Amino acid sequence: MTKKYSKLEAINLDAYYGDFHALKGINIAMEEKAVTAFIGPSGCGKSTFLRTFNRMNDYIDGFRIEGQILLDGRDIYEKDIRVDELRKEVGMVFQKPNPFPKSIYENVVYGLKIQGIKDKKILQEACETSLQQAAIWDEVKDKLDKSALALSGGQQQRLCIARALAIQPSVILMDEPASALDPISSAKIEELIYDLKKDYTIVIVTHNMQQAGRVSDHTAFFYMGELVEYAKTKTMFTSPKDTRTQNYITGRFG
Amino acid sequence: MPHIDVELERLREKLLEMWDLVDYQLTSGRDAMMNADHELSQRIIKLERKVNSFDIKIDRMCENFFALFTPVAVDLRAVLAILKINTNLERIGDTAEGMARFVCKLDRPFDPELVELTKVLVMYDEALAMFRECRTAFVKDDPKHAKQIIKMDKALNKIYRKSDVVIAKYLQANPDRIPEGLALLSIIKKLERVGDQVTNMAEEIIFYREAKVVKHRRKKKKKE
Repeated sequence: MTKKYSKLEAINLDAYYGDFHALKGINIAMEEKAVTAFIGPSGCGKSTFLRTFNRMNDYIDGFRIEGQILLDGRDIYEKDIRVDELRKEVGMVFQKPNPFPKSIYENVVYGLKIQGIKDKKILQEACETSLQQAAIWDEVKDKLDKSALALSGGQQQRLCIARALAIQPSVILMDEPASALDPISSAKIEELIYDLKKDYTIVIVTHNMQQAGRVSDHTAFFYMGELVEYAKTKTMFTSPKDTRTQNYITGRFG
Repeated sequence: MPHIDVELERLREKLLEMWDLVDYQLTSGRDAMMNADHELSQRIIKLERKVNSFDIKIDRMCENFFALFTPVAVDLRAVLAILKINTNLERIGDTAEGMARFVCKLDRPFDPELVELTKVLVMYDEALAMFRECRTAFVKDDPKHAKQIIKMDKALNKIYRKSDVVIAKYLQANPDRIPEGLALLSIIKKLERVGDQVTNMAEEIIFYREAKVVKHRRKKKKKE
């Protein structure tokens, strides 16, 4: 579909939870520094697929995959891949904001401290840069030592994005990052995604069709574990090729 | 039926009501022209206000549909097509009104010889047929039918292109009928516009059903 550099790729990917065949023969190449949206009904496999990119499914009993997931051309399921290193490269933001019960500052620098960075100047700089990138610096700069739990839901989610950015990943996975937020907070997250794609490759799972249309460059529609259609977002939302895609995005599914 | 389909159906029905009204204007316009019927012409002129109110109503319904349903894919194309067909129908209504105004100035029916020479009735019937076929294509969501309609416009253009020469010759031989000849030339021009407007509407049906943009294609080919 695109001649641009493919940051993430799935090749003949099948995924299983025990006997359940959750993903079936997925082939997709996702462009660097662009936003790709995964859409589809609940249980279609989009979140499972998203989580294969930073191996979050590894913790689930009975989960296994066949096929390949390539990050910058390298299979992230190879035996010598260090999962902690992979997750530095591939950050993740979840549906519900999940700040640690610590100060705002400690939340942002948490990942860096785990990596062994102790230099206060480096940590402070990283904290400020990340909070600025996450468009929340102006709101929290005077209360960095206050508890992150005192922030609003929308602020907490942007803080979680700042925390993900602090470890300088190249890919950010977002699993319904705005679904628990009010329209204003949701709009801020969308603006943020739009700004971040200059520097990051973003993959977002969303149930909000208008949001997928607004924020993403490419959209992939999943249904019953299959990748039904993958195209430029403009094409998907104006003239989808597959009837199932059309029925889903126009709300006529089932 | 899903709510979005109910609303789309309401929009389509409203558009078809307008279509029928404009059909009445056009059909009556033919009779008024042939009989120099001033009373019928006045009725056609008066109907223009009703057509305009349909135009505004359908615009508003489309605006609400966009705002409330944020349509995508086939739904989006359907509303866009309805919006544009609405505009073209309103213009055809204007054209019918314009033709009726010419008829109001006639003090007697057109000379049958002039009618025969210009083929204005053939043209009128072809324009009416295009208009009605287009309604059928819209009701049946039939892009193939719409493509056939676009081809019909050629016949209108052919008659139109010859009309000025034919009328000039006639007027040289009948200098006392200059107002009549000029009125008929204007009506022929307006009928040619009706053909173009129905073509636009047929193109919208193709866009809506097949997601293909066919307008301006012929011009592109010529340039190449």
